[in-house]
Amino acid sequence: MPRDAAIFALPFVGELFAYDLWVIATASLVGALCGVLGCYLLLRRLSMLGDAISHAILPGLAGAFLLSGSRSLAWMLLGAGVVGVLTGLLTAGLHRVAKIAEDASMGVVFTTLFALGVLLISFAARDVDLDPGCVLYGLLEFTPLDTVSLWGLELPRATASLAAAALVVAGVLAVMHKEIKLVAFDPALAAALGMRPTLVHFVMVALIAGVSVVSFESVGSILVVALLVTPAATAHLLTDRYARMMILAASIGALSGAGGYLLAKHIETWKVDGATLGTSTAGCVSVVCALMFLAAAAFSPRHGVLSRIARQLALKLRICREDILGMLYRAAELRSRGLSRSELTQGVGSTWLVDLALVLLRRRGLVLIQDATVRLTEQGHAEARQFVGTHRLWESFLTARLGLPPDHVHAATDRAEHFIAPDIRDKLAQDVRTTQPTESPLTDPHGRQIPGP
Amino acid sequence: MNDFLRLITLQDANTRTVLLGTGSLGLAAGVIGALAVLRRRALVGDALAHAALPGVCVAFLVFRERSLPLFLLGALVFGVLGVLTMNAIRRFTRIKEDAAIAIVLGSFFGLGIMLSGMIQRLPSGNRAGLDSFLFGKAAGMVHADLLISAAACILALLGVAALYKELKLVGFDREFAGSLGWPVGFLDLTLMALLAIVTVVGLPAVGVVLMAALLIIPGVTAKFWTDRLAPHLALAGLFGMLSGLLGSALSAVLPSPNSSMSRGFPTGPLIVLVAGTLFVGSLLFAPRRGLVARWRTARLLQQHIDDEHLLRDLYELQEAGTPASLSTLAERRTWRTGSLHAALRRALTNADVTDRNAVITLTASGLTRAVRVIRSHRLWELYLHEHAGVAPDHVDRDADLIEHFITPNLLAKFEAQLALGDADPLRTGAALGVPLSLHPPGENAR
Repeated sequence: MPRDAAIFALPFVGELFAYDLWVIATASLVGALCGVLGCYLLLRRLSMLGDAISHAILPGLAGAFLLSGSRSLAWMLLGAGVVGVLTGLLTAGLHRVAKIAEDASMGVVFTTLFALGVLLISFAARDVDLDPGCVLYGLLEFTPLDTVSLWGLELPRATASLAAAALVVAGVLAVMHKEIKLVAFDPALAAALGMRPTLVHFVMVALIAGVSVVSFESVGSILVVALLVTPAATAHLLTDRYARMMILAASIGALSGAGGYLLAKHIETWKVDGATLGTSTAGCVSVVCALMFLAAAAFSPRHGVLSRIARQLALKLRICREDILGMLYRAAELRSRGLSRSELTQGVGSTWLVDLALVLLRRRGLVLIQDATVRLTEQGHAEARQFVGTHRLWESFLTARLGLPPDHVHAATDRAEHFIAPDIRDKLAQDVRTTQPTESPLTDPHGRQIPGP
Repeated sequence: MNDFLRLITLQDANTRTVLLGTGSLGLAAGVIGALAVLRRRALVGDALAHAALPGVCVAFLVFRERSLPLFLLGALVFGVLGVLTMNAIRRFTRIKEDAAIAIVLGSFFGLGIMLSGMIQRLPSGNRAGLDSFLFGKAAGMVHADLLISAAACILALLGVAALYKELKLVGFDREFAGSLGWPVGFLDLTLMALLAIVTVVGLPAVGVVLMAALLIIPGVTAKFWTDRLAPHLALAGLFGMLSGLLGSALSAVLPSPNSSMSRGFPTGPLIVLVAGTLFVGSLLFAPRRGLVARWRTARLLQQHIDDEHLLRDLYELQEAGTPASLSTLAERRTWRTGSLHAALRRALTNADVTDRNAVITLTASGLTRAVRVIRSHRLWELYLHEHAGVAPDHVDRDADLIEHFITPNLLAKFEAQLALGDADPLRTGAALGVPLSLHPPGENAR
């Protein structure tokens, strides 16, 4: 396909041609296919099986070539499928019969098979370009050069076979969706319901072996390993639902395929020592994939590390704000003057947290700071009444209903007060009312008046 | 033949270097790998070997120099970085260990391939001998490589010897070690650092994937020979060393499969295949834990059970006054194909039974053995009935299974306990002290 017309231009990367788009399409297809299948491996906690299979099929490829003398895809698929399933069977068999830990038996099986494959290839290497380097790295950037014509269309061979594989995978997933989902989460339950988890498992293993072979030609074995796990893990950080996870993993895989190619194109515009630089596209794809995983690990709304820290900080800050309001209210009750920053820090906690909370409270117009003294505004006083009221209602409730001694309720209330919602507060107020004489205002166990809403 | 002589007498300096290098590497990898397998971290070595690649590239990009020590240093730094990333993913996200290993493996190796692609296009560099880090070139080992791998081997062995007790406890029961106040995390990291050193040193010799094999296979193989850690480690080291020595010896002796290769078979795969052969051999033939030994034990036990069943059937037929023949015996229980004939043959050889005109009778010695079995069977039935309240028609199958394993001591206790119960609980009367069956006469024992 000639590099004739630019389709569109992107910043940093430059102009994209029809040629580039084919590469992007190929990379995205690999990413999407591996992403979908990887979800199953991730949930079965067998992620390394992808690594094992993609290495172990080497003797399958070499054996199929030595037996048939051809490098046609059908033979390669057959050889790889057989050895892929064999890897799964041997791993499971060693685990069950010889009681070797599952990961160790996987390690024994695939490394031995790989060694066998390297030996077989060195026999075959006399007259074939099946070299381990190509298997490892893949030549993504050259895929559009090798074309087949289908129904009058000139298509890159790798893209066409990947599209066919995508159809097969989509078909199997559509037909067996329920079984695969159940086996992924709970093989024992699946067996109890009369499904055949082992059969389902080996269907998936065969699919993964097949996809590995089809992907090999374009992207190499390592990229297959990366794409089988990383997009699925990224999706796992973003959602808790299986169907959504597969869709997300496919999208992430496809995106990293495209992104990896663009990164490689971008690196080609760099100059070092006066020469233009280049790199392996397959490597770039797995790097982009890893970056997306890192981003998800940091920023995923529910499971991200930074989001978790942010959530905890927000909670800490709310508690600190409420504690400051409470302290100021009690101070006003006693002496009708404000408190200094250092007094607040002593009562509430770290300086920076108090400073931050005060900034927020001032912006909302709840406190005033004059002559280094913090005072409640009118609005702040109203809010603090609510809060201190909740505190004292809970203390009264604990004493009257649960029979706790009055000197034991304060510490417990100090923690609970931040989590009592307004409707529960109203119920508390009703309940405490019934335990005290009707005419007088409500008081807490320490004899202080409970401020109403 | 001449080549072979030169090889085994270690006359060729080159061969000597390769043999000693791969041998010491195999020894270290076997010992450290066995500990990693014990810690359920078998595949970490694999990930580590892959994660080291970008280190080699970075070392080349930074120093612009092709020097093995610098490469190894870079590889070590990235290997340790890989282990730390793995731990961080497991610790701080919901991703489990297996996926963390695979993510580090794929991502780091992808980065390495990206960097090595860049190096390849640099005016100054042609992959910088990086390929040998992927596939290994044991046959190309020189004296300096030998010194490095010997040093790594000694370091690894000394490390294991110094921390033996600690690594043992952490390997078997991490929580217990933690509760004793040992720095479990630090010990884990030390083991991983030793693993990283051995892996990185082995990379140029056997390559990425085959290094993982050298770490995992000897450790797993040794498990078939012993249950104790010290012999386990020693054996794993021995198997690793044997794999290294035999593999490189084979590669030097065997003719090259194709003319384009300068010397012999590729060494790395041969080393792994030797290790794999040792594994399969141990899996099959190791005493006690091997599959053949386990199959034999199971078979002997089954034969013993068959023999006792035959004797008990003969006794019960005799008790009922029915003459025993092959067909009446076959009716009494479900024999596996041929097992009745085999049991009968063994009983005849033992002179436990006689066969006159197809009528089979117990001899005196057979009767003694039969009485022991039948007493076990019936006393157990009685015991279940009297003391566990099991209905008489529910006890036979249970007794059928356990009768072969009741020791004389236990039998005496049953007798004493049952005799204390009612007037004549054993309903003996018979001279041989055989209690009467719980089942009505005429009912088939099955």
